[in-house]
Amino acid sequence: MARPMTMAEKILAAHAGLEEVEPGQLIECDLDLVLSNDVTAPIAIREFNKIGVDKVFDPEKIALVPDHYVPNKDIKSAEQAKIVRDFAHEQGITHYYEVGCMGVEHALLPEQGVVGAGDLIIGADSHTCTYGALGAFATGVGSTDAGVGYATGKAWFKVPESLLFKIEGELAPGVTGKDVILHIIGMIGVDGALYQAMEFSGSAIRNMDMDERMSISNMAIEAGGKAGLIEVDDVTRAYMDGRVEKPYTEYHSDPDAEYAKVYEINAADIQPTVAFPHLPSNTRPAAESRDVVIDQAVIGSCTNGRIVDMRQAAEVLRGRKVHPNVRCIVIPATQQVYRQCIEEGLMDVFLDANCAVSTPTCGPCLGGYMGILAAGERAIATTNRNFVGRMGDPTSEVYLASPAVAAASAVLGHIGLPQDLDEQE
Amino acid sequence: MQFKGTAHRYGRDIDTDVIIPARYLNTSDPAELAKHCLEDLDVEFVNKVAPGDIIVADENFGCGSSREHAPIAIKAAGVDVVIAKSFARIFYRNSINTGLAIMECPEAVDAISAGDVVSVDADAGVITDETTGQVFQAQPFPPFIREIIEAGGLINRTKQKMN
Ligand code: SF4
Repeated sequence: MARPMTMAEKILAAHAGLEEVEPGQLIECDLDLVLSNDVTAPIAIREFNKIGVDKVFDPEKIALVPDHYVPNKDIKSAEQAKIVRDFAHEQGITHYYEVGCMGVEHALLPEQGVVGAGDLIIGADSHTCTYGALGAFATGVGSTDAGVGYATGKAWFKVPESLLFKIEGELAPGVTGKDVILHIIGMIGVDGALYQAMEFSGSAIRNMDMDERMSISNMAIEAGGKAGLIEVDDVTRAYMDGRVEKPYTEYHSDPDAEYAKVYEINAADIQPTVAFPHLPSNTRPAAESRDVVIDQAVIGSCTNGRIVDMRQAAEVLRGRKVHPNVRCIVIPATQQVYRQCIEEGLMDVFLDANCAVSTPTCGPCLGGYMGILAAGERAIATTNRNFVGRMGDPTSEVYLASPAVAAASAVLGHIGLPQDLDEQE
Repeated sequence: MQFKGTAHRYGRDIDTDVIIPARYLNTSDPAELAKHCLEDLDVEFVNKVAPGDIIVADENFGCGSSREHAPIAIKAAGVDVVIAKSFARIFYRNSINTGLAIMECPEAVDAISAGDVVSVDADAGVITDETTGQVFQAQPFPPFIREIIEAGGLINRTKQKMN
């Protein structure tokens, strides 16, 4: 009998061809997918070329998603995107997504069924941890790891300890997956899970749809986590059915598996939460943040650009207008989400409210383009990072929140809650 | 590997966005990236850094994005070693893979002041503050990671293995 293991340990062991692994062990694993984007792939390709092999290990197990600066922001970004495109064509990469099919990578790959339960995935993008929501072990790496992954299909790992977060009970109305993860990061800090895998469980998670689960796993990295896993259940299976065509494997943590720490969280204690500049851990209840006047609201990104997020934002914006002093930018994360927004009438809601709606792109999330902040400006955003200069000038500020809070703030002109609007009217 | 240089001292949670802001990520040219290294944290850094200098920082150095542009920018700016209390894990990996020397040593970080001349023996893990004469022992790397470093980074190691 192998030692009792967490789901993270089981996935790593299976991909290293080992019966069991334990935290601290250094292993080499076979990968199911190697991901990179228009910022990280050019370096990965350069490194791949240095190795001296002609062909990638498997053109079906590499995903190249130009999403950060495309549609091309400027000449330099056009050159970067071209390097990726040429490589994809030359190597016959199956999962290359051109503008028009492209979406923000961590929303796109689950939606397209490219990632599934039990997969071991590396991505040259830190939010690769998003796929933990499907019961995969997925982690961000640098371009060199990705370049080596293209050539060999392998990567080295140090088996992480696991942390268990049990969120039991019912979330209050208006409290979303985003609030849960901001609450946790506020509790443990930006290095609270450093070198560790986070596992989220409990009835509050089980009652959550996949889109909100992905928002949680997405931000594991903001606590320093190596992965952010959620157990596979009927909700996961229903999501994967009809999307994931390859066989997938469920790994469940053993009841007596060892965790470095177990956090018990009462779902009812979690409030709509805002992370103040300049760290995602600098959290406060939205209800205590009303004095922050904003210039811009951004609703989108790999954290909150999925259809559920669009619906939550639209519900607040329906029949209302964005405050005249605020620019509200809405970015559905994929073409499919974009189309669904049209079909469900959400696009009309956004346009009637005076939002600017963009084709899928990372754009403002990383301060790329499509909504850069001037000196001293403040934005509320459904994105995941609020570091100095993240969305523009180093003196600008980013406040992180859920789609509902961001939408309400866009109408109010300052940070606030959807219920504040009812009171105002 | 032996290094010696002047220490530049920073705090905790130095993230990859301040190491190299995303507005410069439309290129991957090391010399271009080096010009903007740490500019949102310390605009003077690129002017005062000299080849061979050392960055000394508190916990969680390099947190945030996976951009390898961060260790590349630091190295291209002339810094040979980063000493921190702890590193964010992707930055840690990227540094090993790309050959930027990093050392975890909380005691050294607490003792070293900005402007001190510091020498580092990376193989033995010994850090000496030449200004004060204090000597510190950093965590040695596990054998597997040493193998990558000794091969000259992950690309060289892979090359050796594949050919
Ligand atoms: S949306 Fe933002 S966090 Fe997500 S992949 Fe794009 S730049 Fe990174």
